[in-house]
Amino acid sequence: MLSQDLKTYLVVAAFLLIIGVYGVVQRRSFIGMLISAELILAGAGLNFMAFNRFLAPEPAVGQVFTLIIMGIAAAETAIGVSFILAVYRQFKTIDPIQLNELQEEIPGRKSDADDDAFAAGGPGDHL
Amino acid sequence: MGLTDVFLEAVFYAFIALTVAGGVLAVRTQILMYTVLGAALAFLGIAGLFMFLGSLFLCMMQILIYLGAICIVLVFGIMVGYTPRQVAEQGIRSQNLLLAVPACIAAVILLRGAVGRTVWPASPDAARDFSLAAVGRQLLERYGLAFELISVLLLIAIIGAIIVVTVKEDPR
Repeated sequence: MLSQDLKTYLVVAAFLLIIGVYGVVQRRSFIGMLISAELILAGAGLNFMAFNRFLAPEPAVGQVFTLIIMGIAAAETAIGVSFILAVYRQFKTIDPIQLNELQEEIPGRKSDADDDAFAAGGPGDHL
Repeated sequence: MGLTDVFLEAVFYAFIALTVAGGVLAVRTQILMYTVLGAALAFLGIAGLFMFLGSLFLCMMQILIYLGAICIVLVFGIMVGYTPRQVAEQGIRSQNLLLAVPACIAAVILLRGAVGRTVWPASPDAARDFSLAAVGRQLLERYGLAFELISVLLLIAIIGAIIVVTVKEDPR
């Protein structure tokens, strides 16, 4: 009975953590990164509930903790989406690579030309 | 093991498959709307796992908060701030992908090994009262402060989000 085994849930949560980290690193858009972070938080909540079900002396504490994680995830999403919208209105892009306002000019690297070439890439490169 | 148990186990596997497939879809698809769809599938699978963990309350909360609030906000964020011309949602370069995918698989295997080798001692005086009434009583009595803090945090976050969005554009 895998559904009555703590390790099953822990492995699923570990998978969610790793795939969330992969998504945060791999994504080229802020929304994609935000969604991956949500996956990490959901995995953490699953871990808390699994420990709560199988190990904890008191069944309410894990549920309260998971509820807090859900509230924090919702707050994070609200703030994150509002940041993304503000950044989009300011810079007209949500590509993290092009948001290099604070980046130091690196000698020998034509950052503007690179970015323009990237932004002007054909529609086949997108989506 | 009766027929009901076999059916429940099959449902359990289905929820795990839903979670894993949703997670993979969320990080691998190139279309942002499908990313939200994948995340929603993963959240639904986790809600099912919560049900198997004995908490119908958190199952409902997962569906309400994650599917009902977070996914909707993300969809609105994509619809308002995303145009296909301006977002190059290309994956990472192929040689990096060749490194990243095995690294992630290795990390999962390592964590799996750690989980398998650890002895998890159950608490001797484990209470088994998972009923909604018990959780509600705990939320209002012992964990009342935590419950109120979530509400205040959400309120502050929403007010902050509104302030951030309505701030004037820098005239440059």
